[in-house]
Amino acid sequence: MELNPIVEWLAAALILIGAFFLLVGSIGMLRLPDFYMRLHAPTKASTLGVGGVLLASLLLGWSQGQPGIAELLITLFVFVTAPVSANLLAQAALHLRVPSRAQEPKGLPPKPADPDPAP
Amino acid sequence: MNVLQIALDIGIGAVTLSLLLCGWRLLRGPTVPDRVLALDTLYLAVVALVVMLGLRWQTPLLFEAALIVALLGFVGTVALARYLSRGDVVE
Repeated sequence: MELNPIVEWLAAALILIGAFFLLVGSIGMLRLPDFYMRLHAPTKASTLGVGGVLLASLLLGWSQGQPGIAELLITLFVFVTAPVSANLLAQAALHLRVPSRAQEPKGLPPKPADPDPAP
Repeated sequence: MNVLQIALDIGIGAVTLSLLLCGWRLLRGPTVPDRVLALDTLYLAVVALVVMLGLRWQTPLLFEAALIVALLGFVGTVALARYLSRGDVVE
């Protein structure tokens, strides 16, 4: 397999960047103190990591004359669905009353009676 | 060993480490949405790992496998989140 060295170095850099962001997302999910912060870490970082790896794969495929439809589909799919699943998880956590470490904002009116108690 | 193979080896190692970290959160997670979030991150890391292995072994077959893993991961996360928030997947 003969590759243009510029393409090769660029693909290697993209793969390393993608793997780094995936690792950062996982470390954030392991280390942050409450669920809402943990939701925040992998949603963005892992999307960027998968995007970097798939961009490297697209670049290598294009330099060898392959169209790379599957990589393009995976990239679009991951970029569309990651925020949706994070939003659904946040809704589920709010519904389950997962405790948060965020401070109560000042100057709020007193809480009304709870209309929908958790099961 | 050229630079691309070295980068792929380092990347596969890093993604495997992140899979282990996700597995730790999946086993330990104090609440149920934590475990579902760990499963979602695990699916994303598996997509990246399968794509990198396809580049390493130079076979185009694994990209379709990565597409299927991405689809199943999204559907599984949506179903689990709906089950947690509604108590029912399909109404």
